[in-house]
Amino acid sequence: MSSPPIARPEYVREQVQEHDFDVVNKPLTAWERVRDNTLVRRLFILAVLAGIWQAYAAYLDNALVLPTFVETMRSFVARVWSGELLLKSWVSLKVLMQGYALGLALALVFTILAMSSRLGNDLLETLTAMLNPLPAIALLPLALIWLGLGNPSIVFVLVHAVMWPIALNTHSGFMGVSGTMRMVGRNYGLTGVRYVGMILIPAAFPSILAGLKIGWAFAWRTLIAAELVFGTTSGSGGLGWFIYENKNLLDIPAVFSGLFAVIIIGLAVENLVFRIIEQRTILKWGMHS
Amino acid sequence: MQAAEQPPALLRVDGVTLQYKTREHLVTATYRVSFEVLPSDRFVLLGPSGCGKSTLLKAVGGYLNPVEGRITLKGATVTRPGPDRVMVFQEFDQLLPWKTVKQNVMFALESSGRLKGPEAADRAMAYIEKVKLTRFADSYPHMLSGGMKQRVAIARGMAMEPDILLMDEPFAALDALTRRKMQDELLQLWEGTRFTVLFVTHSIPEAIRIGNRILLLSPHPGQVKAELNSDGTDPEDPATSERLSERIHRMLFAEHDAIEEPPVHV
Repeated sequence: MSSPPIARPEYVREQVQEHDFDVVNKPLTAWERVRDNTLVRRLFILAVLAGIWQAYAAYLDNALVLPTFVETMRSFVARVWSGELLLKSWVSLKVLMQGYALGLALALVFTILAMSSRLGNDLLETLTAMLNPLPAIALLPLALIWLGLGNPSIVFVLVHAVMWPIALNTHSGFMGVSGTMRMVGRNYGLTGVRYVGMILIPAAFPSILAGLKIGWAFAWRTLIAAELVFGTTSGSGGLGWFIYENKNLLDIPAVFSGLFAVIIIGLAVENLVFRIIEQRTILKWGMHS
Repeated sequence: MQAAEQPPALLRVDGVTLQYKTREHLVTATYRVSFEVLPSDRFVLLGPSGCGKSTLLKAVGGYLNPVEGRITLKGATVTRPGPDRVMVFQEFDQLLPWKTVKQNVMFALESSGRLKGPEAADRAMAYIEKVKLTRFADSYPHMLSGGMKQRVAIARGMAMEPDILLMDEPFAALDALTRRKMQDELLQLWEGTRFTVLFVTHSIPEAIRIGNRILLLSPHPGQVKAELNSDGTDPEDPATSERLSERIHRMLFAEHDAIEEPPVHV
């Protein structure tokens, strides 16, 4: 059955010199480059979706239920042009930033507490376990009673929406920093704030950034929902109020324009702010897993 | 032997018992281990896994305190980590991924307060050149191969010019060819500056190549079995290192000899 393998001759080869290769690198064709461009591919998807929308709306022919894409865009452009949408977006963003900043600061305080003692750790874990699953909007009635009808209530709800996911992610990021890295930091004499700032925060940055993103999304949807519920404060409402108002006026293209504005701001923050932070940190450092 | 003009010990480990807690047990890692490291020694801690050699190194690093005995460096008791004893780890993530090669070396010098600004940069580049990575000074660690990462870690440790360099199986995660090359490079570096190094390994050939003095530890808990001289690297005479290798083998595997032949290590 199994005969011993046949003896084969040995060989040693000279290496081919680099300049003797035909193709070492050759530029890609224009079409290949276009297809490799993420932006182009995504715009293509958006165009297809818009086309489907337009076709279905035209077939339905009922502007009260679903205005066509073209009609919506016309309304959107007109309202951006008149400044109405920009103003509403600005009102929303301003409140949002207040809540986000405050929530982020509180999250930091809680994580530092959790890192510095076992009791702090238990406190953070218990609080996040209790409060993170609680929808922020569910606190709105209480906020209204405590803080009255106005911005402070919305900010309160936003802080709740932002703080727990960020604290949870930052904390788990800190906990996940490898033992080797911690020992390296201590080896070179880092302690206290310098240790947190120079080792823990950068080492945990992927989780922290994920927390910031989740916090942002939670804040944004909580804000729109809160505005939908009790709309205007101090005269000029935000985007949520804009949507609600136009629904009451049965101006459906305007309702869609409002939703559009929400989507566009979300996309812009994701692709400009977070994307750039990501490229300059995690991706550059090779820390994405 | 030639104990006549022995210089005072740089590092003295005196009757050290180390224990650490896991979730369920209190584990005794080493029991009353004593040894002395002289200046410019290439001192190797050798033993099978479970002999507490890494724990012992961490204790010298100051990451855990002995429950019994004393560790002194230049006469001062070691109580906490410090830049006079620099650790080089086995793991590749000892380099900070958010810093370039040069920044990693500079970070060590600056955060320990050794040097600042341009002086730190100069010193960093000098040591990066020593490990032949000048071309990669501005690369991030994730762009480097495993061997290159370890060279950066060694450069970082040496740039600190510590009293003693602590190496915890620094080449164990490398492939055999790279590992061999790194051992030679380490010896070349040592020829250049004659730094003191305490080196942990579980590989007998590596211990013989790297060390001039080898401390043999037996496991569960770690106890000193022997302290041997090694000149395996100096004269390129394979016979001496083979004899030493066999001797170490016999000591480490003495209790199993009756049952099974020790595996042949390459």
